Amino acid sequence: MNLAAEAHQASGVAGAAWLLLVLPAVGAAVLLLGGRRTDKWGHLLGSGTVIAAFVYGVILFFDTKSLPAEGRVANLHVFDWISVNSLDVEFGLRIDPLSLTFVLLITGVGSLIHIYSIGYMSDDRDRRRFFAYLNLFVSAMLLLVLGNSFVTLYFGWEGVGLASYLLIGWYQGKNFAATAAKKAFLMNRVGDVGLALAIFLMFKNIGSTQYDVVFAEIGKQSTGVVVAIGILLLLGACGKSGQFPLQAWLPDAMAGPTPVSALIHAATMVTAGVYLIARSSPLYSLPQAEDARFVVMIIGAVTLVIGCIIGCAYDDFKKVLAYSTVSQIGYMILAVGLGPAGYALGILHLLTHGFFKAGLFLGAGSVMHGMNDEGDIRRLGGLARKMPITFVTWTLGYLALIGFPFLSGYFSKDAIIAAAFGAHGTRGWVFGGIALLGAGLTAFYMTRLLILVFLGKPRWENLKSEDGRAYHPHESGPTMTIPMIILAVGSVAGGAILSGLLPAWLEPSVGELVETHGPLNHTVVSILTVGISLIGAAIAFAIFGRREQPVTRPQRVSFPVRAARADLYGNHLNEALFSRPGVWLTRFLVFVDNRGVDGLVNGIAAGLGGSSGRLRRLQTGFVRSYALSMLGGSILVIAALLMVRFA
Amino acid sequence: MTPTYYLLLSALLFTIGAVGVLVRRNAIVVFMCVELMLNAVNLSLVTFARINGSLSGQIMAFFVMVVAAAEVVIGLAIIMSIFRTRRTASVDDSNLLKY
Amino acid sequence: MSAMLLAQAAVNTATQVTTGEAVAFWVLGPLALAGGLGMIFARNAVHSALFLVLTMLSLGVIYLVQQAPFLGFVQIIVYTGAIMMLFLFVLMLVGRDSSDSVVEVLRGQRLWAGVLGVGLAVLIVTAVARALTDVRSVGLAEPNANAGNVKSIGKSLFDEYVFPFELTSALLITAAVGAMVLGYVDRHQRGRKTQKELVEARFRGEHDRPSPLPGPGVFATSNSVATPALLPDGSVAEESLSRLIDATASEKLDQERKAVAGTLPGPDARALAPGKEDRS
Repeated sequence: MNLAAEAHQASGVAGAAWLLLVLPAVGAAVLLLGGRRTDKWGHLLGSGTVIAAFVYGVILFFDTKSLPAEGRVANLHVFDWISVNSLDVEFGLRIDPLSLTFVLLITGVGSLIHIYSIGYMSDDRDRRRFFAYLNLFVSAMLLLVLGNSFVTLYFGWEGVGLASYLLIGWYQGKNFAATAAKKAFLMNRVGDVGLALAIFLMFKNIGSTQYDVVFAEIGKQSTGVVVAIGILLLLGACGKSGQFPLQAWLPDAMAGPTPVSALIHAATMVTAGVYLIARSSPLYSLPQAEDARFVVMIIGAVTLVIGCIIGCAYDDFKKVLAYSTVSQIGYMILAVGLGPAGYALGILHLLTHGFFKAGLFLGAGSVMHGMNDEGDIRRLGGLARKMPITFVTWTLGYLALIGFPFLSGYFSKDAIIAAAFGAHGTRGWVFGGIALLGAGLTAFYMTRLLILVFLGKPRWENLKSEDGRAYHPHESGPTMTIPMIILAVGSVAGGAILSGLLPAWLEPSVGELVETHGPLNHTVVSILTVGISLIGAAIAFAIFGRREQPVTRPQRVSFPVRAARADLYGNHLNEALFSRPGVWLTRFLVFVDNRGVDGLVNGIAAGLGGSSGRLRRLQTGFVRSYALSMLGGSILVIAALLMVRFA
Repeated sequence: MTPTYYLLLSALLFTIGAVGVLVRRNAIVVFMCVELMLNAVNLSLVTFARINGSLSGQIMAFFVMVVAAAEVVIGLAIIMSIFRTRRTASVDDSNLLKY
Repeated sequence: MSAMLLAQAAVNTATQVTTGEAVAFWVLGPLALAGGLGMIFARNAVHSALFLVLTMLSLGVIYLVQQAPFLGFVQIIVYTGAIMMLFLFVLMLVGRDSSDSVVEVLRGQRLWAGVLGVGLAVLIVTAVARALTDVRSVGLAEPNANAGNVKSIGKSLFDEYVFPFELTSALLITAAVGAMVLGYVDRHQRGRKTQKELVEARFRGEHDRPSPLPGPGVFATSNSVATPALLPDGSVAEESLSRLIDATASEKLDQERKAVAGTLPGPDARALAPGKEDRS
């Protein structure tokens, strides 16, 4: 198959690709080291560096696009990083269509969200530090996608983990935020261990971690190694992208400020898992990796359903969106699990999702900004008239997400569903059916959200927010609305534009998009999807649109709702499977250490001490007792002599 | 009766002396027990001299006596000086050299 | 004459134990044993010493019987006469109060001493009895015949054993010196000044003050430590205040101050009866 084209040495515009990393990194460094002196202009510097990076990314994009398809993969050697015996890791960048796509997404959406944050964080006295962290994140994320080896990727991977941790815990004074940050960090570690092990395996079996070498050599490895690496990489992806069974941290991560949720936990960082699998497409495309791909698909399908179901039950604006993200990434993982038929589709959905989910989050942020940070949708309602711009942009994002015809989601999600149906044999029916069901559920919970937040009666009128203020909903300022409008435009038009161009553009990176022909052709799937989505939306309307909704969430509810409210027991599962056994294991190890190891060591010491204490008693200091033992010894000697003599 | 009886007497006296060293606490009495043991040995030497028909045994006994006399002089001086500092002649009271 | 007698006896008992000797043995042996046992069982140290004298005398006689007249007399004169007297002398010096108490403080000491003693006796007796069955003694008739026992021993000592003999003299001198060193007590405390020297030193200023510290109660009506000394002018002498005991409050000393100063109407020296002081 037509795998990644041969990389050539980067030159010209691409030769300065390191600027992409350095610009935001410098911004972060200046803002963090500069301290309060930079308070006045910190947000401008933070936004400026990212915008500059975006501009450079655009130039680089067009520069690369002007090249013939075979010449679009460039390698930029920056410096020799780790050189230990046979391990030789260079710090280098790989500029190819896939990474450039991500560069544009990260810097583009990143720029918009930086601008949005200027307004959103205007009340926060630590806004400068916030921008420093955002810059740090952008830099690390760019390193993640631009790195030309798995080690470089890992570096960026941990960098975004750090930035994510810092930003989730932004409201560090609040317990839930600190806990959420810790949770995210720890659960990401689980995935990171998988990624690290995958890298170790590569180094052990192939002797290198450079993409070129690994992908050239991976085909010669045994099935076991390939599947192991594939599944370990998937574990890493699960951790970072909030996939089953490591999905539980993502909704909690909404404890961070909304721009963070939009940038990191919707548009960019959480899609790193998808990127990882798409980047490793030469590995997953191998015939040996069939099993690994199948596992990827299962994880994707399970996650998308879980995300949808839980999303239906939550009352927190951002958490519903978070579960929606979980579910949409499930779609992407499912897509990349399909192999050559799905890489480009996964990336396509990633991009469109980046637009509309970022837009949705920004809309949610706008709502909360105007409503004293109120996130409980049962206390909202009827906000359409108070916040017209937010309403319109949000609704456009909503329509894009549920796959309204000819909006972004329609092109990306329907394509994934169709591709899922195209999978081999019964798998096609199963995965296609699940994806289709997910589309209906998505429409249901998103419609519920729309109705409860923007339509219906204003339930907030007679309520006060937690800090005792009355609600005075108002439209947000231009720094917040403009990014929302831009993202809304992207949500509307992005799919239509990208769906035609992207597969061909990505070909040098992930290979040719293979059209699959399942039992249902594309048109039928599209009609089905739209139909099911409409049904879901209609049900939601029937349930939530007609009737008055209570302000507090009903407690007497059926089992499925209770289960969904409890995250489908994802936390319980994690706790039962990992946390408790881990605690038991540590307790056991502590016990072994205390009683066994220390016991042995201390036991020897105590034994010696005790016996010497006993022996010490012999030293009474009384001459007569010494004399007694002398006599005893003499008698023994005499007896021995006599025995020798006479026996 | 043979000279062996002298040796048996010597053995018994030696044993009595040894036991006396072990059970008595007065340093002077302990010392006297040691003297008894020396005398028992002397008896053996004298008897051996007789059995072997050689005077060497008696001369050896003579040397033992001389050494015993020297020992008594030093021993009693030590006992005296201990008594001066501790006001006691009990061997059990000089037990500082213990754990 | 006695030497001749003994030589005669020696010749007679050259090879065999005579009946006389047997009788002597059976008398002296039990006596010696009784003396030994008495020594270790006597509670009084002086009694122990006397029991030991008994044993030693018996042994001395046994030596005489065993053709060792020189050793026998040395035993009696030196050992019994001199050394045991030295023992007694020291015993008297130390005093009898240090005699043993009946209680044994070391657990099992007596039991084990007994067991080991019996074991030792059994072992040695067994060994001697088994080793020396049917011993025929050569006898000392020949060595003693020429010049007698004492001369023969003297000859051997200054001939064959002269070097050990000289060593013995060194040992004895060392012992004598050691005994003197141990027994000597220096009664003179070195560097102690005479009273005259002390007074001179005081006035040279080698001490804090030339006179002794005023004692409490000097010039006062009380000699309690709590009562500070009063100087001739009636003020309190600071040096007499104890650092440990709170001094009597100064108001209470008023009387005494006045008394010292002579302002208090004291009893009239010439009056025959105590009178006016009752009013105070």
